[in-house]
Amino acid sequence: MTDTKTITDTRGFGRKLADLDKTAVAPFLALAALFVLGALVNPNFLSIDNLLNVLTRSSFIAIIAIGATFVISAGGLDLSVGSMAALVAGIMILFLNSGAIDGDMAMLATGIVVAIGVGALAGLLNGAVITIGKIEPFIVTLGTMAIFRSVTVWLADGGSIAMKSIAMRNMFRPVYTGVFLGLPIPVWVIIAAGLLGAFILYKTSFGRHVVAVGSNEDVAKYSGIHVNRVRAMTYIIQGICVAIAVVVYVPRLGAATTTTGMLWELQAITAVVIGGTALRGGVGRIWGTICGAFMLEIVGNIMVLSNIVSEYLIGAVQGTIIIIAMLVQRTLQKKK
Amino acid sequence: MRKLLIGLAGAALASTMTFAYAQDKKEVNIAVSIPAADHGWTGGVVYHAERAAKLLEAAHPGLKITIKTSPDGASQANALEDLTTQGIDALVTLPHNSDELTDPLRQVKEKGVFVTVVDRALSDPTIQDLYVAGNNPELGRVAGEYLKDTLKTGDVVVIRGLPIVIDEERQKGFDDAIAGSGIKVLDKQFGNWSRDDAFKIMQDYLTKFPKIDAVWCQDDDMAVGVLEAISQAKRTDIKMVIGGAGMKDMIKRVADGDAMTPINVLYPPSMIATAMELTVANFYDQVPVRGKYILDATLVTKDNAKEFYFPDSPF
Repeated sequence: MTDTKTITDTRGFGRKLADLDKTAVAPFLALAALFVLGALVNPNFLSIDNLLNVLTRSSFIAIIAIGATFVISAGGLDLSVGSMAALVAGIMILFLNSGAIDGDMAMLATGIVVAIGVGALAGLLNGAVITIGKIEPFIVTLGTMAIFRSVTVWLADGGSIAMKSIAMRNMFRPVYTGVFLGLPIPVWVIIAAGLLGAFILYKTSFGRHVVAVGSNEDVAKYSGIHVNRVRAMTYIIQGICVAIAVVVYVPRLGAATTTTGMLWELQAITAVVIGGTALRGGVGRIWGTICGAFMLEIVGNIMVLSNIVSEYLIGAVQGTIIIIAMLVQRTLQKKK
Repeated sequence: MRKLLIGLAGAALASTMTFAYAQDKKEVNIAVSIPAADHGWTGGVVYHAERAAKLLEAAHPGLKITIKTSPDGASQANALEDLTTQGIDALVTLPHNSDELTDPLRQVKEKGVFVTVVDRALSDPTIQDLYVAGNNPELGRVAGEYLKDTLKTGDVVVIRGLPIVIDEERQKGFDDAIAGSGIKVLDKQFGNWSRDDAFKIMQDYLTKFPKIDAVWCQDDDMAVGVLEAISQAKRTDIKMVIGGAGMKDMIKRVADGDAMTPINVLYPPSMIATAMELTVANFYDQVPVRGKYILDATLVTKDNAKEFYFPDSPF
């Protein structure tokens, strides 16, 4: 994964560079259009506080969607991320409540490591069943989605799993609410995850293998790529991303409930597609994905800030805006 | 509609019955069919059903209670068939929804089973022998009355649940209570009875409105998200957040005298226990129980909060 040895990518690398500016810029233009809409609806929309709120809130989906970009570029799909987030959050909190280690700080640090370990294992489970069992990812992750969710409900006894120690809660809360150099910590986490994701996807041989496997599995196989290993790895990356999102999510409310992460999988997939990654695989756009996650959250924000739309019709308007945003993007791509 | 002030009959009723009928060996099979624990409130239903089953079985040696949870309406219909074929004398059920389950319940009834329906009314009420429910319009009304009486005038934001009948009834009760008063509703949005969604909506409300006096969010899970959003924004204009349903963390805050949560309005998941107690009473005590029992949406204040606090409950 960290092997940065460049392999000459003969398949259309130049072509990819050429259309990079058109397709890669499109989601950001759609985002700009949303900003104009938001400003028209309510002047408070453009206030720094509001934008930072929305950006911070989008961090869970953005970080998960970075992982989903890997899975989808490799031609896979992971429907289990929402349930996985709930499970990782639940296990992390139960660990924090166990008092296994002396000292709150050490406990928190270990808790984060535990979360990432559980996420990676859950991802490995998905990846292993898909590649070794040769089953459609849609079916496998639909199954694990149900498994992760039920186990969480069982762990929570049908209620919620909350952090018991108030001291630890207060120590952990700044991970969501804290500000560093003017930006909330979750935003820094998005930036860090984005940089790392972009580096892995664009600058390493593993990243190129991911895209190669997604565009044509047979060709990738004949070129000597370990297709199964690459695909399994994308699910592990997805699991780790889910765990990172959880580390940002848990301090916000200090609890995991049975509804935690509900429908996050759909939001993550939507963010990836809005961001310009093809659902059939073979193309991955990390920054577009982050932009997509931000757009999804902004649409919801604009709806609440507006006075025009009845609360019953918000879903319809959100759906329309997302479709229009995609249409704008496609038109932009065709023009050039 | 007869109105009985039952409150939380569970513990009290059980203890008196233990006393009087511990020797009864009459054999009765009762099935309990409820939704699986998919959010806090239904988790509470499962907890209280299991708790009541234990107490009742201990009180009546011949009594057998089978509890079955189902994740959705279709699987609950299957569960009802399975339970009936085992031969039951009574069924206590909290149906997922009225439309899907009215016919399956009719079939259960036709086999001569005593049917108790909890919380969600059937499309055909003649099927049920006994109906036990909370009072949704009342939950809204009590919250509205409290805001009207304590604030007199003020700007309130509302976070609703999901667009279903229960939510409409609560909202209507609230709207009727504050009609013509100085309480003004600035905005209403659906928070899907979820902490995370309520957190987001509250953040946006705080951006949208420079001054908010109170929040009514009709459900304690959502109140958790609302309180977190307010404390994070460090806003001090909000005087109170009124939730509902009686989640233990919120009841505890009320008991501790938290200024932000002065009251709670009950819509207790333990109503399943009330229904089970009454159904059992029909078989062992020969007391008339058929009819409708509507629990009050009791106003929980600092003074009576202890009564409604279940530290071991998941909700």
